[in-house]
Amino acid sequence: MSARRLPGPAQSFRLVTLAFGALLMVTPFLYMLSTSFKGQQYVLKLPPQFIPDPATLSNYERILLRGDFGHYFANSLIVAVVSTTLAVLLSAMMAYGFARYRFPGRELMFRLLLIGLMIPAMMLIVPQFVLAKFFGVLDSLVGLIIFYVAGNLALNTFLLRGFFEALPGELDQAMQIDGAGHWRRFWNLALPLARPALATATIFTFLATWDEFAWALTIITTPENQTLPIAVALLQGPKGTQWGLVFAASIIAILPVIAVFLTFQRHFVQGLTAGSVKG
Amino acid sequence: MKLWRTYLPPALFIAPGFLLFLVCIVYPMLQAIQMSFFDWKLVAGAASTFLGLDNYVRAFNDPRFWLALSNSGIYMAFTVPPQIALGLGVALLLKDKGPAQPLFRVLYYLPVVTSWVVVSLLFKYLFADRGLINFALDDLLGATDKISWLAERWTALVAICALGVWKGIGWSMMIFLAALQGVPKELEEAAVIDGANRRQRFGAVTLPAIWPAMIFVTIMLVIGGFNVFASVLVMTNGGPGGATEVLLTYMYRQAFEFLDFGYGSALAVILTLIVFSLSAIQLKLFRNPEATR
Repeated sequence: MSARRLPGPAQSFRLVTLAFGALLMVTPFLYMLSTSFKGQQYVLKLPPQFIPDPATLSNYERILLRGDFGHYFANSLIVAVVSTTLAVLLSAMMAYGFARYRFPGRELMFRLLLIGLMIPAMMLIVPQFVLAKFFGVLDSLVGLIIFYVAGNLALNTFLLRGFFEALPGELDQAMQIDGAGHWRRFWNLALPLARPALATATIFTFLATWDEFAWALTIITTPENQTLPIAVALLQGPKGTQWGLVFAASIIAILPVIAVFLTFQRHFVQGLTAGSVKG
Repeated sequence: MKLWRTYLPPALFIAPGFLLFLVCIVYPMLQAIQMSFFDWKLVAGAASTFLGLDNYVRAFNDPRFWLALSNSGIYMAFTVPPQIALGLGVALLLKDKGPAQPLFRVLYYLPVVTSWVVVSLLFKYLFADRGLINFALDDLLGATDKISWLAERWTALVAICALGVWKGIGWSMMIFLAALQGVPKELEEAAVIDGANRRQRFGAVTLPAIWPAMIFVTIMLVIGGFNVFASVLVMTNGGPGGATEVLLTYMYRQAFEFLDFGYGSALAVILTLIVFSLSAIQLKLFRNPEATR
């Protein structure tokens, strides 16, 4: 066994710099975690407590047992899961249609999708509100889902089309000769092969819908239809916010996101770079 | 008959998604433009009045619009360069695969995946009068005056920008990290043999190789900078007295607080035009090979 090379001064400097930066990135999170275990009289105490003393579970108790956070959590989960499933399925179908078939107007339609990709979501919030009112879906989870699906189509279609185009055509032709129809070739051949790209699309869409704030703030008016970001934001009092409570709720709201991120890290890198390769 | 056969399958694959896209994205896009020319009444039966360009003229003469626009510009100017520089810096430090690389990558990326609402509340708490930032400045660095960060325009913008940079570094780092993997090793080695120092190698080999990523990051960050909304809404709600209002919070207030949908739409159209022309200008600048030096 060869002896490991000791880090040189350049290497040590590199690690120290990185560690210092990482500390700056993580400290706010740790402080938030710490505050979520503090009683209200300690949250703005000077000097600040990094280790809560006395530590209390009362914030979590209030959020989990007495509040409606279980309900908001369920709303967020329903909205995120249904929107993600529909958005990824519809995007995959579109991407497949654009990648596998030639038809007049194809380029034009794809260009239109790209414009949709560039338009910031907030630009459309006023007319979308008018539209949602017209459909009668204001203040409902359905109203969230419809517009979350629509808002995530362009990016996912763009991402998946590249992937479908790269799939070899021979397999497709072989299945066609065996008499498999269009849908079967899509469902049983293209989709399974596109699994990595689908995973990326799924994760990004899930996170986007789970965290979405502006649209939910705009159309949701009754507490029972609130999703987590709205519920957390509304914990801010007009005067004297209960910070312990706010951060206990925040921790609960971000745990699923962090879990998804840690589990599927690999796909994050792929998804992020898919957009940048073309430059 | 034959046409039917050829075009039905793609139509069936594309139609469901594309129709939804047309109805919920493209139609609102056009309607935003239409609404911006009206005094738009949301109430059924109430007649909307055609105003021509009045909403745009009004924006031009509205000092609060200019304040919001300048705040958005300030946010962009003070968050985009640090995110690029620090993101690239961290990526350069992290590019050699080592045992600690995955851990650092996760730690730097954590803020990116956390919801805007949560991190905005968190920064509001950190920048509170009796918060961690003031404690650090007062007691560790010896500053004597407590700063009421969120009670004044410039200090509040500092807090909002700090959040923007903190939350965004991980994203640009990730893009640069991926781009750095594509830098040809042979060129690096050739440059070393030619006696190029670290800085020369960066300018001659690394930078040209990651240039497409640089363009992508810059354009996306500029767009993102003008899209700042949730952090301002949660941290200051545009206050004190509208001093930290950015374009999107101002637009949102006009539409959903004052129910002035026409004016709100005009502001949205103006912002879209700004974002599009800035992207176009950047693409032009970046395409110029002189700019790569």
